[in-house]
Amino acid sequence: MNVFTLGFVAAVLVALAPVLLAALGGALCARVGVFNIGLEGQMLLGCFTAVAVSASTGSALLGVVAAVGAGVLTALVLGIGSVRLRADPIVLAIGTNLLAVGLTGFLLRSILDTSGTYSSPDLAGLGRLGDTWVGSVPVLGDALASSSWVVVLSLLLVPALGFFLARHPAGLRLRGIGENPDAARSLGVNVGGYQLTAILVAGGLCGLAGAQLALGNVQLFSEQMTAGRGWVAVVAVMLGRGRPGLVLAASVVFGAAEAFGFRLQGLGLPQQATDAAPYVITLIALLLTSARWRRRPVAEPLPEPTAESSGGTR
Amino acid sequence: MATLAPDRGTGAAEKPLHRVARRAVTGAALPALLASFLVGALVLLSAGTNPLTGYQALFRGVLLDTNLPYLAAAFAPILGMAVSFAIPLRMGEFNLGGDGQLVLGGITAAAVAMAIPAWGLAGFALAAVAGAAAAGAWAALSVPLARFGRVPIIISTLLLGFPAVSFASYLARYPLTDKGTGIPQTPRLPDAMHLPALPASAYVNVGLLVAVLLFAAYWVVDARTGTGLELRTLGANLRFGEYVGIDVSRRTTGALAASGAIAGLTGALIVAGPPYRFIDGALVAPGYTFTGVTVALIASGRPAGLLAGALLFTALQVGGTGMERDVGIPRQLTAIIQASVVITFVLIVAVQAYRARTKAGAR
Repeated sequence: MNVFTLGFVAAVLVALAPVLLAALGGALCARVGVFNIGLEGQMLLGCFTAVAVSASTGSALLGVVAAVGAGVLTALVLGIGSVRLRADPIVLAIGTNLLAVGLTGFLLRSILDTSGTYSSPDLAGLGRLGDTWVGSVPVLGDALASSSWVVVLSLLLVPALGFFLARHPAGLRLRGIGENPDAARSLGVNVGGYQLTAILVAGGLCGLAGAQLALGNVQLFSEQMTAGRGWVAVVAVMLGRGRPGLVLAASVVFGAAEAFGFRLQGLGLPQQATDAAPYVITLIALLLTSARWRRRPVAEPLPEPTAESSGGTR
Repeated sequence: MATLAPDRGTGAAEKPLHRVARRAVTGAALPALLASFLVGALVLLSAGTNPLTGYQALFRGVLLDTNLPYLAAAFAPILGMAVSFAIPLRMGEFNLGGDGQLVLGGITAAAVAMAIPAWGLAGFALAAVAGAAAAGAWAALSVPLARFGRVPIIISTLLLGFPAVSFASYLARYPLTDKGTGIPQTPRLPDAMHLPALPASAYVNVGLLVAVLLFAAYWVVDARTGTGLELRTLGANLRFGEYVGIDVSRRTTGALAASGAIAGLTGALIVAGPPYRFIDGALVAPGYTFTGVTVALIASGRPAGLLAGALLFTALQVGGTGMERDVGIPRQLTAIIQASVVITFVLIVAVQAYRARTKAGAR
């Protein structure tokens, strides 16, 4: 069976979009010297908000906007706490990730009166580009058949973020802070401001990722539906060393693993094997690339965003 | 990781109770708890419920006599998972894969027990050891991943949890399933392998004793042995630890393996209690892992704090179930309160540290 058809490409694009959006946010944080592991919770709250708002207003766009807002609000806790108050960013992120699980579980029951999975005909999805004029464009139409406009936006964000980091003065300062916060501070750069902004932008992107996941990939909310995608995004950031193009490549690996898993499931492989595949493949990819990278005798291109340097602001 | 720095090193033996009491009042844990109940009240208000109704039902759920066995039954896994998370936390590492290790321990124990059904309780002891070994090895896998692949332990432990849960789910559905029930579960363990119940209730069994013994062992190792001192030194300052000659790689492997093994043993003990089988999802659903994480984080892994925290959060969890039954408020409220405790705790610690710095600067 030939899985590498345009239909497969379409499936990969949809599967990678949530991870890519979150990972681009994470990359921005990594470049400014913040190790952000709060992506998962921000994405989950984005999923819930998108579904709740879309179901009550009937507008997918309002759902997306609200999801972005929810992501930013969650990131605000992490940003203010770790940058302004200098609280431990790792523990704070663990806390907000837990909060997202509890809050969405609670609100699912108290607002949407369901437990487990919520889905309703009132829920307006993001729609498929295949059903619009894009669908009639020869090759592109097939590749983007099941994508929404958010998927396209996520792909466009890759060169946009790449350009911003490479060429824009703010991007330059941002990278400078990531390289050496004290030097940047001595040049009068507002280190905390840049770091806080990066965390908030990442929160917004995670909210957008959640909206795509809950209104684009599927049209429902189920408890803990992000299922580790925010963590895979953290890995994608490390795999791509915070560079948007490489982060995209890492996200493609995850998207392909997930889409390939769905195909294998169709061939009769147990669902549990295909569920686990993306995480195993992501870990292996990380292991392989890091090991190879290590042998290359070059100076570290990026300060390793490790737990140790995550105090970042100090 | 300065906020998680262990004891100040001196006077570990002097008047422990007095020190615990003073720390409870001046520390960040109690204020964080109060603040979190306020957060919970706000959540209840915004959901259109009177917070007083909710909290009354919550406390009634804790104090109700009939709930006492559940309280005691939930205490053992929560204490176990708290100790599991605390061990690597002492040296500044995070094991977020507790769920995977818990499930791996449970399914391994169930599988081994099925293979030696006639061996009775000794057979189950062997099965539990196998479960602990499997989970310990799985957790320790993150050390070579960190060393040779530069994957932070906090991420590899978490990601390794997903395949572990999927694998256990597969085993419980296909090769090890209890045929004919249609439920993803392993067959009921033979009667001789059931953990003996304590006189109090069928839900309270020897597993509670094992958990308390494990905790006592952790306390002794942490406070009284070179290993404990080395772990705490690494937690306070990794570079200093390396400088004074601590074998970091060996200590990390040991801490992760012990952490995973305790999580696995906890899973095995749950399987040998009612309903005496591994049911897919049943070990993860009550959220023992993240209750354990919360307890260990706010105690910074300190033994006395672990014990008090485990008691408190077990009560909260059982009370939440009672609250859901009595007044229909979703028990996820307790998860919100737990998460808020972690967040407010670390914020309060940061503010206290800031005050201490400015005070020191003024002198």
